[in-house]
Amino acid sequence: MSKVDSAVLARVVRAHEPEILADWIQGQASVRRPGALQEVEQRRVSRELLGAVSESLQSNGDTGGHDWLAVREILDGFSTQRALEGYSPVETATFVFSLKEPVFARLRKEVSDPQQLATAMWAASRVIDGLGLHTTEAFQKTREEVIARQQRELLELSTPVVELWDGILALPLIGTLDSNRTQVVMESLLEKIVEARAAIAIIDITGVPTVDTLVAQHLMKTVAAARLMGADCIISGIRPQIAQTIVHLGVDLSQVVTKSSLADAFVVALARTGARVEGRGAAIPASTTAGA
Amino acid sequence: MALGEQARVDTRDEVALRSGEDVVRLRQLVRERAIAVGFSLVDQTKVVTASSELGRNTIQYGGGGKALIETVAAGARRGLRLAFADQGPGIQDIALAMKDGYTTGGGLGLGLSGAKRLSDEFDIVSAPGQGTRVTIVRWKPY
Amino acid sequence: MERIPILRMGRFLLVTIQVDMHDQLALTLQDDLTQRIVKDRAKGVLIDISSLDVVDSFIGRMISNIAGMSRVLDAQTVVVGMRPAVAITLVELGLDLAGVRTALNVEKGMALLQGATA
Repeated sequence: MSKVDSAVLARVVRAHEPEILADWIQGQASVRRPGALQEVEQRRVSRELLGAVSESLQSNGDTGGHDWLAVREILDGFSTQRALEGYSPVETATFVFSLKEPVFARLRKEVSDPQQLATAMWAASRVIDGLGLHTTEAFQKTREEVIARQQRELLELSTPVVELWDGILALPLIGTLDSNRTQVVMESLLEKIVEARAAIAIIDITGVPTVDTLVAQHLMKTVAAARLMGADCIISGIRPQIAQTIVHLGVDLSQVVTKSSLADAFVVALARTGARVEGRGAAIPASTTAGA
Repeated sequence: MALGEQARVDTRDEVALRSGEDVVRLRQLVRERAIAVGFSLVDQTKVVTASSELGRNTIQYGGGGKALIETVAAGARRGLRLAFADQGPGIQDIALAMKDGYTTGGGLGLGLSGAKRLSDEFDIVSAPGQGTRVTIVRWKPY
Repeated sequence: MERIPILRMGRFLLVTIQVDMHDQLALTLQDDLTQRIVKDRAKGVLIDISSLDVVDSFIGRMISNIAGMSRVLDAQTVVVGMRPAVAITLVELGLDLAGVRTALNVEKGMALLQGATA
């Protein structure tokens, strides 16, 4: 915006802020949902927003710049609140766009020169469009964060840590692991170790198709953390491809016991905790050799 | 500082760092603010531990100084920003000081590098005779 | 002067760290422990950190020191009760506690010490 354009707009808005506010609030009645509390709140936000807009207009920046920080903050708070209350992004943006009407009306009243009027209205349009767009971005972000948090809470509820035996836990990991999920699951494993007073945790990755650097690192960190707490980890179910990946990634597995199957890991764990598996006789055919 | 002017500061606390007891007070305050921001227990622990490392550094190597604890917001994201400043001798070789295990004071040499690993953002300004200022930020993921 | 109490349980010494440690307290503890190991002819030291919600490199160094001194005096050290959040943070911090054995709680720590010093 050139200095001339915004000067007229800024002057009119500042001089007639109360009237513009009154018109705006009246115009909102048609789009707002009913509810006395929200009405009071919306009035407050409108007043605050218009005041901040008026202030920011006195400078000459565009709505994404430093001069408009206060306005964006108010909008962020408003968008977040609306997102949490279940409003649609359209309703929230409409709230902002609805400021155009009263501003245009005021400009038409106060600016007699047609050219100045045209540029002032265009400047107002640009400002309000910018702010409306900003609300949709903030809205989107909040929704994404809500979804992410819900996902995490779901994960925490469905943590598949199983107590195989006294003091022996198993964590069968299934599916592709992303960094977030791995962290959540690992934290819950450590909590379960405390709860179950487990000495050994078997992390089985049979069901994991690929392991990338981040996941491998999380695995190693979990093993290290468990050790600091006094529990040992055994990693089982490492398929040949994963073994190759791990070596290529340079992950050091020398400190960790690894077994190819969960069953083998279980036997090792039992031995460690002082238990022993004894056969009961008849099940094994005479022709096969009994193995450990 | 990586944060720039885009962050809004919601609360600001200053803690003088002169003695071991001050570090205790620092940890308690950082814990309170971390809880207020809404950090998970693990993230709280990380930021409190980082503050302990840097707080001790300020006393041990900086001859004492102060810590600034700010809860910040950038857009819809909230976080905790901690700055540690001293007027001590300053660091000759920052890269060396940031190396794991490097210590001039008989410590474990994990203060700076560790604090960096425990944080989302890390910044250090220091030069011989010009004191040291370390700033860390931890953001709440969602 | 404030000091951390040291309990004797048979041939072992038990130290429960419940307060925020500062330099003087840590030094005093290390002194007290070495004296008690010798005086009680202790074979093991159990350090219970289940009350600590933060362990930084200062505490880490103290624990390593205690383990080192104990070893010289022919005693084993076991650290018990580290909380998950603390363990995760220590790994991220890069703190190793190498040479220090760990157990989930005092009971398991005792069993470990008994097994190691039988």
